[in-house]
Amino acid sequence: MRKPEKIRNIGIAAHIDHGKTTLSDNLIAGAGMMSEEMAGKQLVLDFDEQEQARGITINAANASMVHEFKGDTYLINLIDTPGHVDFGGDVTRAMRAVDGAIVVVCGVEGIMPQTETVIRQALKERVKPVLFINKVDRLINELKVTPEEMQQRFVKIVTNVNRLIARYAPEEHKKDWQVKIEDGTVAFGSAYHNWAISVPFMKKTGITFKDIYEYNSKEEKSAIRELAKKSPIHEVLLDMVIEHLPSPIVAQKYRIPNIWRGDLESPIGKAMTHADPDGPVAMMVTKIILDPHAGEVAVGRLFSGTIKKGMELRIVGMPKKNRVQQVSFSVGADRVQVEEIVAGNIVSLVGMKDAIAGSTLTSDEDMEAFEEMKHYSEPVVTVALEAKHMKDLPKLVEVLRAVSKADPSIQVQINQETGEHLMSGMGELHLEITIYRIEHEHGVEVKASPPIVVYRESVERNSGAPFEGKSPNKHNRFYIVVEPLEEAVVDAIHEGDIPSDEKIKNPKELAKKLEELGMSREEAKGVKAIRGQNMFLDMTKGIQYLHETMELCIQAFEEVVNRGPLANEKLMGVKVKLMDAKLHEDSIHRGPAQVIPAVRNGIYGAICNGNRILLEPMQKAFIDVPQELMGTVTREMQQRRGTILDIQQDGATSKIIAKAPVAEMFGFAGAIRSVTGGRALWSTENSGFERVPRELQDKIVREIRTRKGLKPEPYDAAYYSE
Amino acid sequence: MLTFVGLGLYGVKDISVRGLEAVRSADIVYLESYTSRLMGSSIKEMEDFFRKKVHPLSRDDVERGREYIEEARERNVVFLTAGDPMVATTHVDLRIEAMKKGIETRVIHGQSIIAAAPGLLGLQAYKFGKTGSIPYPEEGFRPTTPYKVMLDNLKTGLHTLFLLDIKEEGRYMNPAEAVELLLEMGKNLGDETFNDESLVCAISRAGSDEPGIWCGRAKEALRRDFGPPLHCIVVPGNLHFMEEEALEMWMEE
Repeated sequence: MRKPEKIRNIGIAAHIDHGKTTLSDNLIAGAGMMSEEMAGKQLVLDFDEQEQARGITINAANASMVHEFKGDTYLINLIDTPGHVDFGGDVTRAMRAVDGAIVVVCGVEGIMPQTETVIRQALKERVKPVLFINKVDRLINELKVTPEEMQQRFVKIVTNVNRLIARYAPEEHKKDWQVKIEDGTVAFGSAYHNWAISVPFMKKTGITFKDIYEYNSKEEKSAIRELAKKSPIHEVLLDMVIEHLPSPIVAQKYRIPNIWRGDLESPIGKAMTHADPDGPVAMMVTKIILDPHAGEVAVGRLFSGTIKKGMELRIVGMPKKNRVQQVSFSVGADRVQVEEIVAGNIVSLVGMKDAIAGSTLTSDEDMEAFEEMKHYSEPVVTVALEAKHMKDLPKLVEVLRAVSKADPSIQVQINQETGEHLMSGMGELHLEITIYRIEHEHGVEVKASPPIVVYRESVERNSGAPFEGKSPNKHNRFYIVVEPLEEAVVDAIHEGDIPSDEKIKNPKELAKKLEELGMSREEAKGVKAIRGQNMFLDMTKGIQYLHETMELCIQAFEEVVNRGPLANEKLMGVKVKLMDAKLHEDSIHRGPAQVIPAVRNGIYGAICNGNRILLEPMQKAFIDVPQELMGTVTREMQQRRGTILDIQQDGATSKIIAKAPVAEMFGFAGAIRSVTGGRALWSTENSGFERVPRELQDKIVREIRTRKGLKPEPYDAAYYSE
Repeated sequence: MLTFVGLGLYGVKDISVRGLEAVRSADIVYLESYTSRLMGSSIKEMEDFFRKKVHPLSRDDVERGREYIEEARERNVVFLTAGDPMVATTHVDLRIEAMKKGIETRVIHGQSIIAAAPGLLGLQAYKFGKTGSIPYPEEGFRPTTPYKVMLDNLKTGLHTLFLLDIKEEGRYMNPAEAVELLLEMGKNLGDETFNDESLVCAISRAGSDEPGIWCGRAKEALRRDFGPPLHCIVVPGNLHFMEEEALEMWMEE
């Protein structure tokens, strides 16, 4: 495809079980890339054995298809994204590759929490939405709604989606990205029965709303098949995609400034905003797929240039170039090899062995990397892994490296004391599936510990008088105060509005932002480092030699952020202020061996004085059950230290929204199935960290410390003043 | 009683007679060996000569442990250091801590490099400015203070003595490395006062029978082998004609 204006890169975004994968399969089948029969039997995009067994989509997979519209042929690159909350990182990355999204909402359930999450993720990446209201057949057949009620339902869904668009869309698109039934940016139908309809399609074909209702009300199965022939879902939706979602040429103009901070007037900047096939290569890898034959396949969006087989590409941040061994489009689990692919497409490359999800690939020597993709969630659960057979140990190390490369929301660490491999992820299910892959795709049998919750440490209040941290040789002293970091700042870091874990590039701009978020000017100017959701501030004035020592102070701060004083868990929401320092004149007496312990002890001591608190990850659970089971479910949640946030009645169904600690939600799937006899529909969403109840903190801290082989009681401030 | 005894510069016999007496009458003898080293004798030789068991202390023992201070309340504890206990190394904090605890202390001096370096080179000791130490750079730690110390001294025409880093694992900085680091600091500061052509002196194995004494250009120091440790270097300031004459003795033709 050499004409970018004839390309659409789209994603499908939805709450779990709203029918996304079925829709993708029918689109692909309709577009003629595989037989219609097959699509019914086999979920093409769910090609992972695990995904099929569980009936959910785990990986964001891709497919390229062809569609005729008003006499022209278009190429549509489709990325399917997982709906389960545990795989949120994949959704974020998939959004980077596409320009438009079909938001699928179930007509029965309406807007669900993850609908909001995925819409927000799409809009943050400046991905334009259109709406498909699914499962309309169930409205008619099961819920027996009248045509009027049905229309009311649609209007309600459209209104709610538009409210979300107004809230999260970039300023300039808050209005023109609103979806409307009249202009064809909304369609409705049944992915399962393979039909859909929109106002423009009604006008074109003469099918009426009444026809739809009648086809669906009929007993004979042939009626619905006839509707699928008259108004096939792929026709309606792909028409909508081509008509209303932007081509790369249109989209890259406004998307590039959002995802790339380089000079837009430079040759590469211009090539990207124009999707120029003759410009330098600039591609962002959004996913690494492990192919049993080809090995690691880097999949991503090509924003400019043409990638040819044999080409050498620079991976920004890596020392060596990699050679492109294969170039291909993806069709489900298969890849179709080609000689070259031009700007605007979604591309699969073999040979990019140094690339990870998020890498920038380019032929330009000086190109700046794309902005990091912003994650909305962080790992909350860890398991310790061991190879079942000693001989597999070296292989396990390799496999874990590959796994975390393919899925950056998996973090792997080695426990230095025990030699165990600690694998952290977004939830119990996420880890279970990753372990399944390690065993079945990589052939390494492992023993996994029961899942352990990832905690955070913080402080309750300002630590008061500066705490003195002394260097081992006693010739250097650092005076530290800690306090809770402003909540608005913590949120801004979480949302990616304030960059963390990197060198501060523009201190002035940062200070301005922090001041707007409510920090005092003096403090905002003093920020030296941001690690996680924590800050290190230099509040001193004119101390000689301190600038030579600052890097070491930051190293000490990093150490503390990674290992809090309470239970060696990471810190969160702590502001560390260096108030004063006394340094030895001779630099040899203030090297790393002196300064790092001094600052570390100063921060630890101050944290003790600020009253250490432990935070635990929370989960929201959304549970639909028949009304008579409401009490059972409420009890189940209360046993898990849960609180009920809301209960809504919808006919005979109760919708319960509850919140509980992740630690208490282990095994919830089995429990809820057994107490409700499998009659509950539920989903969960990670919901940040909250303070562990005071009466439980000591006990949990002791448990964590014992597990880590530490002395059961944490040290007190006096210990750190030595 | 906590007695700080200086071992002097090189061999086991560089200790003073009073120092030796203190060691011999001590209940227990500790040796601090990480800030400097007696290169000319092993612990075994010391023990044979002192007729006393010597307990070496690591940096951690000295900086964190400190039980030996409390020990000195009841017993005679000797704390041995190479050179002088209170000059180049900085053990004054130990003495203060002991004094605060009401423990009696005394100091028996040893010869120090601070006096020996000018003496060996023939530079006048009162014309030295602040002493600097040159550390091995580490991640996040590339100080330029030593260079600034030298600049300050040069402003008033004073000489600068540089002590060179010793790593606990037995790495000793040599004059070639030290000169290279100084040149690098100059580059980082954008200053060329000290450059390839600058005069620099090196003293190796001071206190031994065959000390190395050398004077030349910085660029020559970079490729010279100065032999076994310990070393220090001097960047001279304004030279009196007597000093000039002395330095000429150490220059290569």
